[in-house]
Amino acid sequence: MSEKEYEKYYVPAESPWPFMGAVALFLMAVGAGNFVIESTRDKEGYGAYILGAGFLVLIVMLVGWFRNQIHESMSGMYSAQLGRSYRQGMSWFIFSEVMFFGAFFGALFYARFISVPWLGGASNNDMTGEVLWPAFEAIWPLVVTPGGTTTEAMPWTGLPLINTVLLLTSSVTCHYAHVALEQNNRGKLKLMLGLTVLLGAIFMVMQVEEYIHAYTEMNLTLQSGVYGNTFFLLTGFHGFHVTLGAIILFIMLLRIFKGHFTPDNHFAFMAASWYWHFVDVVWVILFAVVYIF
Amino acid sequence: MTAATDTTHTNDHHDDEHHEHHIPPGIKRWLYTTNHKDIGTLYLWFAFIMFLTGGAMAMVIRAELFQPGLQIIEPNFFNQMTTVHGLIMVFGAVMPAFTGLANWLIPMMIGAPDMALPRMNNWSFWILPFAFLILLSSLFMEGGGPAFGWTFYAPLSTTYSSDGTALFVFAVHIMGASSIMGAINVIVTIFNMRAPGMTWMKMPLFVWTWLITAFLLIAVMPVLAGAVTMVLTDKFFGTSFFDAAGGGDPVMFQHIFWFFGHPEVYIMILPAFGIISAIVPTFARKRLFGYASMVYATASIALLSFIVWAHHMFTTGMPVAAELFFMFATMLISVPTGVKIFNWVATMWRGSMTFEVPMLFAIAFIVLFTIGGLSGLMLAIVPVDFQYHDTYFVVAHFHYVLVTGAIFSIMAAVYYWLPKWTGKMFHIGLAKWHFWCSLVSVNVLFFPMHFVGLAGMPRRIPDYALQFADFNKWISIGGFAFGLSQFIFLALLIKACKKQGEPVSSQVWEGAEGLEWEIPSPAPYHSFETPPVIK
Repeated sequence: MSEKEYEKYYVPAESPWPFMGAVALFLMAVGAGNFVIESTRDKEGYGAYILGAGFLVLIVMLVGWFRNQIHESMSGMYSAQLGRSYRQGMSWFIFSEVMFFGAFFGALFYARFISVPWLGGASNNDMTGEVLWPAFEAIWPLVVTPGGTTTEAMPWTGLPLINTVLLLTSSVTCHYAHVALEQNNRGKLKLMLGLTVLLGAIFMVMQVEEYIHAYTEMNLTLQSGVYGNTFFLLTGFHGFHVTLGAIILFIMLLRIFKGHFTPDNHFAFMAASWYWHFVDVVWVILFAVVYIF
Repeated sequence: MTAATDTTHTNDHHDDEHHEHHIPPGIKRWLYTTNHKDIGTLYLWFAFIMFLTGGAMAMVIRAELFQPGLQIIEPNFFNQMTTVHGLIMVFGAVMPAFTGLANWLIPMMIGAPDMALPRMNNWSFWILPFAFLILLSSLFMEGGGPAFGWTFYAPLSTTYSSDGTALFVFAVHIMGASSIMGAINVIVTIFNMRAPGMTWMKMPLFVWTWLITAFLLIAVMPVLAGAVTMVLTDKFFGTSFFDAAGGGDPVMFQHIFWFFGHPEVYIMILPAFGIISAIVPTFARKRLFGYASMVYATASIALLSFIVWAHHMFTTGMPVAAELFFMFATMLISVPTGVKIFNWVATMWRGSMTFEVPMLFAIAFIVLFTIGGLSGLMLAIVPVDFQYHDTYFVVAHFHYVLVTGAIFSIMAAVYYWLPKWTGKMFHIGLAKWHFWCSLVSVNVLFFPMHFVGLAGMPRRIPDYALQFADFNKWISIGGFAFGLSQFIFLALLIKACKKQGEPVSSQVWEGAEGLEWEIPSPAPYHSFETPPVIK
């Protein structure tokens, strides 16, 4: 830290990584689009390969970009002001994720409190109930759709409850890992962070278990009407974020074993832990509104 | 890796000459750049190319509508043209143009060395050309490209769309990622990079309006991502979010879409307010009237934009209570907007006015945007909207706010700041030709749409009843003339990029105030290495 009133803000020189990132997203979008078409319409094509190639480029890009950043950070090129930029940037990114989940929670509430009751004749929709699907009963969870698809509701006890406990515990261990890092207690840090990643991994295994159970024994699938839709999209996107968060925390663990991070310079770790806490909060809301109520 | 070593050198040994580090020659400069001005230039040129592309599609639409009856193209292709025209103009022209201006101007206006996150800035830009490559190439796919309107209402985009919809969905995903990253960059730059003394209420209004716009972007682009994801799963994976047989509702799509869509409308106009608030005081040679009220009005508009979305859906059969709520909430927006119009007029009141080209566009903006605002007020009235919904009146309304509003403000901004960017005055003769041709033709193009709309001509249909023939002929002539007028602009821009013209002073315009006018023209590659102190 210099004594100057204003430190120089580090403006990086030209970098190939962002452009490579754009190429990666291009390949992934083209690949994913074609893969979706080919896999659902029984067509031949290269979608899966393009998607895979894009994913590889993305990984190469992330490794290269982060190596640059780690190098810059560890050689002391970053100022406190730049640290603030990163922290604010990460907070706003998490806010955007909140809004993404908000869209699906919104769909859940709309289905539950508006579209399903209206299909049953509520509000100004008497004739909808009478004419369109007279036998339809507006209940939630929607186990029988107006079109006649039947399913079962996922109970909140058992597996989902255990998963809630697992994830909340992992949030606590993640917090203690952060505390240990700030106290420079590396042994406790490794233990707590290791536990966090392990709990996250167990959560994911359990989630897969739950999906298999839903598909094979409960006839609860992605096609089971709006209850199944919101169930799978919310838990699915959440699970995807847990996976991503666990991978990031695992990389943090590897970096800690390499001796990275100090009690006052550990933005990457902090961002990863914020992300993890965010994922946990989403789960708590999800557990309440998808499973319990 | 070379980039990293380069930087280390620069930083360790040349602390004071950092700003002189070499600009790499050739294409690599543009692919790998982390400079806010380079990225701003890329955004602006990209936006202009997309403006001409989307404009070409509008020409196809107007050619088909020149006479009643099906003349030139198939109805399905007509639908693709209206859809892709809308998507390109919204996401490819207006939004990137504003982002380009933000990149160029915000660091200069707040006394920062660059944007806060320069590499992410580059990523935000380069995603866009790829996203639009995907969108445009989907036009050539089997079954055609997106043909469901830029609003992609279900079930048009689910049950009745071509399989190319999957590519549309992923293109929207990555352009959304680009917008979110760009917006994060703007917010962090403004929060964290202001020069000492640049307090919140000293910030130029362009910076204020962009700060609020960026917040709107981060709040609603993820919701758009959610909407396209549900369209994807409904179309390809058997979900029924928007299908009543499965307990969903096609109207739910409209709620989710317009929760994004209405703030999106303000994303496309708030930066314009900032531009006009910069230009009018310069050429009226007076301080902006009511600076603080402008800030609060902008914030109010942004907040209100989250509770008015269903005014796009008055004819979907919502309960009366909802219709009334959204009607009054919508009308409420005219209060802060009126404050802005009043302030601009009051700024000009008894000013020593001159009418340079940026001012011409700014005044045209104020008059024509107000027309668009007033027709919006008409559309906000529920029983009246029952008549106007999905007619050309709506087309007239949003083209007045987006073309003579957003796009005129972008042109005003380009004329205002171009001499600062290039160091040379643009060709004033061409600029005046561009302004007057655009002004006349744009009104021939859009004004009669009010009449045919009130008389009941529906939008998005390639044919129309015979009584609309004369008006449509004139609308098309206005359209072609407006399209051709933009080539004057293109010629002017090419001359400007070749650095032709008279050199200008650092202040450029006599009445101009602000940090960007204190650095030399052309602005050096890095503007403020050490932050200036603002008194």
